[in-house]
Amino acid sequence: MHMRDTVSDIAGTRPPEPVSATADRRAATLRNLGLTIDGTPLVRDLNLALEPTGITMIMGPNGAGKSLLLKLMHGLIVPSSGEVLWGGQPLSNELRRVQSMVFQKPVVLRRSVAANVDFVLKARGIRDASRRDALLAHVGLSDHARQPARLLSGGEQQRLALARALATEPKVMLMDEPTASLDPASVLKIEEIVQDAQAKGTKILFVTHDLGQAGRLADDIVFMHKGRLHEYGSADLFLSRPETEEARNFLQGRIVV
Amino acid sequence: MQDFGEAFRLALSLVLSGDADLVEIVALSLRVSLTATGVACLIGLPLGALVAITRFRGRNAVLILFNALMGLPPVVVGLLVYLHLSRAGPLGFLGLLYTPTAMIIAQTILITPIVMALSRQVLEDLHAEYAEQFRSLVLSRRQQVAALIWDARFSLLTVGLAGFGRAVAEVGAVMIVGGNIDHLTRVMTTAIALETSKGDLALALGLGLVLMVIALGVNAMVQSLRMTAVRHAYA
Repeated sequence: MHMRDTVSDIAGTRPPEPVSATADRRAATLRNLGLTIDGTPLVRDLNLALEPTGITMIMGPNGAGKSLLLKLMHGLIVPSSGEVLWGGQPLSNELRRVQSMVFQKPVVLRRSVAANVDFVLKARGIRDASRRDALLAHVGLSDHARQPARLLSGGEQQRLALARALATEPKVMLMDEPTASLDPASVLKIEEIVQDAQAKGTKILFVTHDLGQAGRLADDIVFMHKGRLHEYGSADLFLSRPETEEARNFLQGRIVV
Repeated sequence: MQDFGEAFRLALSLVLSGDADLVEIVALSLRVSLTATGVACLIGLPLGALVAITRFRGRNAVLILFNALMGLPPVVVGLLVYLHLSRAGPLGFLGLLYTPTAMIIAQTILITPIVMALSRQVLEDLHAEYAEQFRSLVLSRRQQVAALIWDARFSLLTVGLAGFGRAVAEVGAVMIVGGNIDHLTRVMTTAIALETSKGDLALALGLGLVLMVIALGVNAMVQSLRMTAVRHAYA
């Protein structure tokens, strides 16, 4: 189900799919998406139709606009131009409720580990201690349930953030470099959890700099540079035969400016 | 100095013997100021939190107003409450003037801006950390306010303490609306003012001692709670 669209193929004004009640709310379409702050264009005229399943990695050098793209897609930032469609529909609170976001620096509430998960469940009107316990077991934090969450290690805090993100059984999970600065064991544990979520049908959007991680996880890859979309295609093809010079330089570890 | 020493000795004996008048005054002071602090927190914390998480036109003007109201002169508050509660005033029919309730109202008005302004600052800092997560979870304002107040509870204790300190130590407002009536509206500060003017330094000093002990005790208790919270990374 992989595609090999270059920017020129997917750019343009292809109309969105007709809205229907059965539209897959995991399928994202970006139409002329742009973000300009203080006169500086940070995301430029993005046109893209993402696969509704699998793990999509968003890659690119620093300042490429990867995190901004994720936040635009989740509605945390309002675009200066264009729009984001999920299942052919404009982003709404209802759609955002079936999405979860995990941030690079995990946001940990000043509560116990268990209370952090309870908070999200309660926000969705769910009071189910067994579900919380199962989530903590899933991310390997059962033994820490009563501990203050802010005393966990970085990797444990990120796993707690994942447990919270999974608590709502999201259709889409947007992850902004969730394994940056973590030790290899924590990275592997988080990758297992992500793959498990994907296997259960959650669409994953994952920002990373780590080529090894892209090779392990990605089904398809979005490559950005200076706010522009340079390539979008299957991970295998992108990693073995990138089409643009910027992507080739990036994959070969050269400094991309 | 000998008179002062004698007064101090008498004051200590009043405190240590649990003098009935002194106990009554202290109890009323605590009742009035603690109730006012509680009501001010009920009003001020949600309002402070709401301003902390909301961006609107004129927000800066509201913040300036909050900060300015922190310095409300107690006698002016007392006068305003008096005008409202006196028989000719719009709330005169309630018959609250010269009652502990009037004193609670005056102190509440006095310290609510303090609670609002200080809690706004504490909660705004916390909100900066939580904001994206809250938006991601599509939380309502009510849910955000409740979560912020709960997570900042140990820091907000200090805010409550600042309000209580201001309430229990002020004299102007409660003097005007309470009238310093013996066995009815006499609190520590008004009693100290009265006894000093009468030259009864023993009772004034005794009350002053109690006031200091209360201030120190409450501070120590809150500080100890905060330290525990910091150790557990809850603050």
